[in-house]
Amino acid sequence: MSVKVAAGYHNCGIEPRKAYCNTLIDMAKEDSRVCVLDADLMSASGTKPFMAAFPERTFDCGVQEANMIGVAGGLSSRGFIPFCHTFGTFATRRVCDQVFLAGTYARQNIKIVGSDPGITAALNGGTHMPLEDLGIMTSLAGITVVEPCDSVSVAKVTRLAKETYGTWYMRLVRKTAVQVYEEDTDDFVLGKANLLRDGNDVTIIAMGYMVSESLKAADMLAEEGVSARVLDMWTLKPLDEEAVIAAARETGAIVTAENHNVWNGLGSAVASCLALHCPTPMEMVGVQNEFGEVAKTPALAQRFHLTAEEVVAKAHRVMLRNRNDAADAIH
Amino acid sequence: MKRAMNVKEVRLFANDIRRETIKCIGHLGVGHIGGALSIVDVLAVLYSGTMNIDPRDPKKDDRDFLVCSKGHAGPAVYATLALKGYFPMEMLLTLNQLGTNLPSHCDMNRTPGIDMTTGSLGQGASTAMGIACGNRLKGYDNYTYLILGDGEINEGQVWEAALFANARKLSHVIAFVDRNRLQLDGPTDDICPLLDIAAKFESFGWYGQSVDGHDVEAIARAINNAKAQDKPSVIVLNTIKGKGYRKIEDQPSNHNATISAAQMEEALADIAAERAAIEAE
Repeated sequence: MSVKVAAGYHNCGIEPRKAYCNTLIDMAKEDSRVCVLDADLMSASGTKPFMAAFPERTFDCGVQEANMIGVAGGLSSRGFIPFCHTFGTFATRRVCDQVFLAGTYARQNIKIVGSDPGITAALNGGTHMPLEDLGIMTSLAGITVVEPCDSVSVAKVTRLAKETYGTWYMRLVRKTAVQVYEEDTDDFVLGKANLLRDGNDVTIIAMGYMVSESLKAADMLAEEGVSARVLDMWTLKPLDEEAVIAAARETGAIVTAENHNVWNGLGSAVASCLALHCPTPMEMVGVQNEFGEVAKTPALAQRFHLTAEEVVAKAHRVMLRNRNDAADAIH
Repeated sequence: MKRAMNVKEVRLFANDIRRETIKCIGHLGVGHIGGALSIVDVLAVLYSGTMNIDPRDPKKDDRDFLVCSKGHAGPAVYATLALKGYFPMEMLLTLNQLGTNLPSHCDMNRTPGIDMTTGSLGQGASTAMGIACGNRLKGYDNYTYLILGDGEINEGQVWEAALFANARKLSHVIAFVDRNRLQLDGPTDDICPLLDIAAKFESFGWYGQSVDGHDVEAIARAINNAKAQDKPSVIVLNTIKGKGYRKIEDQPSNHNATISAAQMEEALADIAAERAAIEAE
């Protein structure tokens, strides 16, 4: 299996939320079990066309996230596949116990979609900025946690969610994303990271918003003669441990890059894997245990150092540590 | 109901459920006995012909559903299910022991006849609404029954679900509130007063009734009345926490209590005396 990476760092031709809604409609045409739930954010999630096409399978619950997750649990117990959306903060922080009891613990098949991950919450500000959603969700036994990064991957991962029984949490960037994948790329495999670029000197393991930034960072490193591998770890849980371990063994230096707190997100997951299986110097790009703030996304990217430049800086640092470790070993 | 209910039979069934509930908890020596005993009479009515169910086919797709949202009352539901033949009576003695299929709180993946996993209060209200929505999507006209505790309706999620039921006109949802007036820390009036529960639900667009929760005839009448409505229904069951074991009735300490072997015998004697009285009528 191989993925096709889009060139040029242009924005996706359609909004990721449009890809999400189109996929839901396509799936609902084929499968009468697909339902859509929302908590008064259908206009934001772009799912109103689904409501127009399948009104009886649409449940706009109003501003009641806890009830929405419970209703989804009930629908799942009757064999339906409910996709529930709200902002990522409310889809996780606010309903953690509902996701546990009505979802994972009861072995239900509900798909929870949290939009505006991390700094893409932008003008909604710190209250709406999910920087802990991945940590909350990955703590639940039996859950699947994923983050597609562009419209192509949103469509692929949404379909995979429908086809794979279990409770899922998917991050969804709504409006703009850099196109990372070509339309005709291969399907994604759960638990398998996508190798976007091969390299020998350092591996950048990225998720979501940071995937395209990491590709840019790899370009910048290439100009200096550094060969950087780039993995899209869209499947945070189950983590592709095999790819992480192989990257550690083959490149000797790891940088993680995530639009989330480095605590209990991608960086923590990779660090845990490496500590257990293949201790390797690593650095983490992400929000360093801070609250979010209000601003447009590019300004927030600078504020929280979620940039290609930061990935390059951390790559330099980790490669230096790797060389120092090697030198220590020799002496 | 498909046939006229034999009141004496249902009262005897309730007496059976109380006995087996006490044995189930007594065998272990500790459990949520108060709130289990208070819902026995509604369980007796539901499982005496009110619900369209088949113990030989617990997953029958168009059956009626029961969500016991006050999941800690599981032992009363388990006793009922065992008596109906969903699983062997001996299984009741495995309550809360490692590897059991009868955990303290109801678990749909472990116990035949349990329709929803519950235990975090308030959540069963929402899952019951989801079940009702699913049944409607499937084109069924079956009923979803929901048992809530009165302390449980402190939870805001119950009221979210109540709004939702009205919005979706879920007329095939019938909820019961076990109004035993006690919650873990004491009387509901002292902790967080609930005032007029039926009126509250009515203001949320439901049809509300209040009955003696230990009068099986009154409960059955209320259910029939609820089925005649074109909106979701709530039936407030005025009950006594610990009903049937006289020494603990209406005692705040009976929420989760230890039951010694001697106490179990005492409780079973109360139940036997009640049975003799019913039979003598």
